[in-house]
Amino acid sequence: MPQTPGSIGSSGARVEITRDEVAHLADLARIELSDAELDHLAPQLRVILESVASITGVAGDDVPHTSHAIGLTNVFRDDVVAPCLTAEEALSGAPAQEQQRFSVPRILGDEQ
Amino acid sequence: MSASTSTPVDWTRRTAAELADALAVGEVTSVELTQAHLDRIAAVDGDVHAFLHVDTDGALAAAAAADERRRGGEPRGRLDGVPIAVKDVLATRGLPTTCGSKILEGWVPPYDATVVARLRAAGLPLLGKTNMDEFAMGSSTEHSAYGPTHNPWDLDRIPGGSGGGSAAAVAAFEAPLAIGTDTGGSIRQPGAVTGTVGVKPTYGGVSRYGLVALANSLDQAGPVTRTVLDSALLHEVIGGHDPRDSTSIDEPLPALVDAARKGTDGDLSGLRVGVIAELSGKGYQAGVLARFSESLDLLRAAGAEVVEVSCPNFVHALAAYYLILPAEASSNLAKFDAMRYGLRVLPDGVESPSAEEVMRASRDAGFGDEVKRRIILGTYALSSGYYEAYYGTAQKVRTLISRDFEAAFAQVDVLVSPTAPTTAFKLGEKLDDPIAMYLNDLATIPANLAGVPGMSLPSGLADEDGLPAGFQILAPALADDRLYRVGAALEAALLAKWGGPLLDRVPELSRNERAPR
Repeated sequence: MPQTPGSIGSSGARVEITRDEVAHLADLARIELSDAELDHLAPQLRVILESVASITGVAGDDVPHTSHAIGLTNVFRDDVVAPCLTAEEALSGAPAQEQQRFSVPRILGDEQ
Repeated sequence: MSASTSTPVDWTRRTAAELADALAVGEVTSVELTQAHLDRIAAVDGDVHAFLHVDTDGALAAAAAADERRRGGEPRGRLDGVPIAVKDVLATRGLPTTCGSKILEGWVPPYDATVVARLRAAGLPLLGKTNMDEFAMGSSTEHSAYGPTHNPWDLDRIPGGSGGGSAAAVAAFEAPLAIGTDTGGSIRQPGAVTGTVGVKPTYGGVSRYGLVALANSLDQAGPVTRTVLDSALLHEVIGGHDPRDSTSIDEPLPALVDAARKGTDGDLSGLRVGVIAELSGKGYQAGVLARFSESLDLLRAAGAEVVEVSCPNFVHALAAYYLILPAEASSNLAKFDAMRYGLRVLPDGVESPSAEEVMRASRDAGFGDEVKRRIILGTYALSSGYYEAYYGTAQKVRTLISRDFEAAFAQVDVLVSPTAPTTAFKLGEKLDDPIAMYLNDLATIPANLAGVPGMSLPSGLADEDGLPAGFQILAPALADDRLYRVGAALEAALLAKWGGPLLDRVPELSRNERAPR
C-alpha cells in the first residue's frame, strides 16, 4: 500500500479501546482520571492507536529490534568513592521528611 | 543593522561570536551585555513569554566574575561572559526546574546537569530557564502548564515545540544563545518556525546527565542560536564524553567551529547532497517547498551535486515514534510518584490515604492532558498482548530506518529536507487534535530514531504568510561537522541573497514595557 508520511491516520485499521480499558490503563499508570477526563481521552486514544496501527506487519520476522540508536553494551566505571549529594541536599525537594528520611503515606493496607 | 552614531550600540542584536570578539578586545563588559539582555527580557517577555524563570542576580554575578577573569587575562574560553538561556528540562542547581509541569512546580534541583555545569565552567552567565511543552511533549509549547510562548514573528502563532521558549528567546533577541533538547524535533522544528538555527547532535554526543528524560533512547541536547557559527561554538562547549552518562560516546568531538568557518568560504565542490524523496511534496506548504528548492539551487551554485535519494521506510517513522516515545515516557515518568520530590496531593475525603492513593491523586493533579495521553498510550503499547505487535514492530521499524540512512549515506555526504511541513500555525489551532500536532515532526523524527545528527537553519519566508521556513541537513552519526560546513555555506549564500540576517525582519516587539511573568 503506497503511503506518504502525511497519510498517518489513513491505515483504515479499526482499533477498539473502550472507556473501561482506558480506565484500567490509567489505573496501571497510577493516574486517577475523572469521568470527564475519561470521556475526553478515550476517543483521542482510539484515533492515535488507529493511526499508529499502520505499522503492524511492516517489518518481517528477520528484522532485528533496535532499542538504542548507538550500539553500546554494558558500560562500567571503577568502583571508587566520589562526591555525592548530602542527605540534606537529597531531601531538599521532599514533600515531607522526618529524621533525615523521606516521609511517605502508609504503604500497607489495614489487613496487612 | 546600522546603528546611527547618536544611539548606543544595541548588544542584543549581535551574534554570540561578535559578542565574544567585543569582550576579547574590551569593547564591552559581560555585565553590560548581560544587563542589556535582561533589559530586553523585561521589555518584551511579557508578550513573548519565552522564560519561566529569569535569574537576574545569578546572571549578573556570573557576568561580574567573567569580567574579573578577563581583567586578569584569564578568560575560560571564547564564550566566557556571553549570556545564555537554558530549556527548563535541564537541572540547574539553585534555580527552579519545572519541565513546564505543575508536578515540578517550585522544585529546585540540588545539582547541575552536565550541560549546565559545562556552561558554567566555560563562564556563560545563565539568564534563566525557558518555556517548553510539559516534559517536552508537543510541537507548539502550548502544552506548558505555565501558558504558551508566542512566536516573535507573529504573537498569535506558536513558536514550535517542545523548545519554543529557547527558540523564541533567541529570535526575540532576549538571549544570543540557548540550549534546547530534541527527542523528535524539539530543537529543529522551533528553529524552523522562528527563523533560528538549531542543532540536534549525534545521539551520545552531548551528555544527558541531568536532562529530565522524556525518551532516553531519543533525547539529545543541543544549541539554539541565530547563526551556524554560534551553534558550532556552543556545541563545542557542551559536547564530548561524560562518564556520568552511560550512553555518552567516548570519542573526541569533530572540529565543529573549523567546519563552520570552512563552510563560510562557500565552496562545496565535490559534496554530494541527497534530497529525501519521501520528505517533500504531499502535506508540505507551497511556500516551504519554494524556499527549500531555492536553497538547493544555492547549494548547486556552491558546487554541490544534488541528487534525489529514497528512504522508503521513513513513511513509517512517525508511527514507530509514537509507539516508542510513549512507551519510554510512561516508564520514565513513573518516577513522579509524590514521594521524594515534586507535587504531593492528598485525595479528597480519604482518611489516612495510602501511598498509592496519594500517587494517583498527585499524578492526576500534576500532569496535563498531553502527558496523560502519552503515559496511557505507552502503558497500552507495553502491555502483554500488544507488546510485540506495537512496541516490538516499532523497534524493528527503527532498524529499517537506520538501514535506510546507511544506504543513503553510502551514496551522499548529507541528506536534506524541509525541517517542518508548514510555517508557524495559530495558537490553539491544533491543540485538541493530537494527530495534526504530531504531523509537525514527520521530517525530524527519523534522525532521532537512528541517532544521526541534524540541523535546521532558516531558508527564508514563505510567500503566502511571510513566516520563516526551515531547511534541514542530516549527516551520518559522529559526522556533525558536515552539518556545520554545509549549513555555514548555505547560510552565507542566503545572507548574500537577503542582504542581511532574516531575523532583522522580525517585527519590533517592545511596544509596551511589562515585567516578565
